[in-house]
Amino acid sequence: MDRKRILIVEDSPTMRQLLMFALRRLEDVDIVEAQDGMDGLRKVSSDHFDLALIDINMPVMDGLKLISLIRGEDSLRDISIVVITTEGAKEDRERALSLGANEYLTKPIQANRVLAIVKDLLKDEPKA
Amino acid sequence: MSSHRKDLFKNGEEFLQLFSQGAEFTKELLVENERLRASLAALEQKQTDASKTPEEWNKYRHELQARLQDLEEECESVRMRLQQAEEENQQFAARYLEIEEENNNLANLYVASYQLHSTLDLDEVLNIIVEIVINLIGAEVFAVYLQDGDSGRLDVAVSEGAEPSEFPSCSEPGGIIAKSLETAEPLCGDPTQPPNLEQPIVCIPLIIQNRPVGLIGIFALLQQKDGFSALDHELFSVMGGHASTALFAARLYSQSERKLNTIQGFIDLLAK
Repeated sequence: MDRKRILIVEDSPTMRQLLMFALRRLEDVDIVEAQDGMDGLRKVSSDHFDLALIDINMPVMDGLKLISLIRGEDSLRDISIVVITTEGAKEDRERALSLGANEYLTKPIQANRVLAIVKDLLKDEPKA
Repeated sequence: MSSHRKDLFKNGEEFLQLFSQGAEFTKELLVENERLRASLAALEQKQTDASKTPEEWNKYRHELQARLQDLEEECESVRMRLQQAEEENQQFAARYLEIEEENNNLANLYVASYQLHSTLDLDEVLNIIVEIVINLIGAEVFAVYLQDGDSGRLDVAVSEGAEPSEFPSCSEPGGIIAKSLETAEPLCGDPTQPPNLEQPIVCIPLIIQNRPVGLIGIFALLQQKDGFSALDHELFSVMGGHASTALFAARLYSQSERKLNTIQGFIDLLAK
């Protein structure tokens, strides 16, 4: 079976560590971390990823900008995108989904829910 | 040979093939018929033998009844075992979910305490506290108070959702802040109450050896968060214990660094 690659784009080390903890339970998965949108864009452009977990509020480049850049690039369109953010308003969710996010989760997260969504998206990719 | 004759020849061959298939099928039917006839005869013979005398018939009937009862008992036992297995299965599934939740909670607590003790820089410790309160607890408006070294007063060191000057003072008597500092226990109010900068929903006193080093006051939760879970209460305790030691250690470290620099300055001066 092919190993799947997941990118976590999150400025908070605490959240990155928590997500790593949750995702390590998945088999045949490699996880890479990026600390802001720009770092995420660099990593997603230079390497193949099947799924990206992206925070919205980040320094240098925010998550929405990163999503629109990923979805605007033909070679990156197959990446499934899960937004994980503190922004719980309906319009924030709609905006992220309209830009091309596949799922929208609000903090504080439940690890089980994240795992279920990631498993589902990795099974069904490509989703864009 | 004309095409008409060819067709006739072909039709004839097809007919012969069909006929031979029909013959084979008839033979199979005859064999099956013979087998069923023999089986019926054996059963009739058994019944006839059994009905020759009433004793034989009774014996046969009892045998059949006993067999039937055995089968019914076996069926009931299998049914009960199946039900038992289903119940056990449900219990295991529920237990699995509980363990999974417990595991997730422990991961949250581990990450929180690990991060709090990952640095000796006071600003970094404060940043980590802010991250935990936002990302793991789900607070929108809150302040972290720190004890002023000289006056001993608790002042806002960092805040989110409002300016530091907008948060209430910790010295006001009678409120939830004063009560939590008195009891040295995290105190929770009603999480559904509208945000009020005078009255925090949660107060987490940061106390070491009966001396307050700070306090975390949460005044409003993120809109998607509608209450506190068991994990939140665990996090309040972890914050109360670990954030206070992390802050205390970071302060001691920065003080010792300052003192070390001063002493080094003196030594350098004397050496000149």
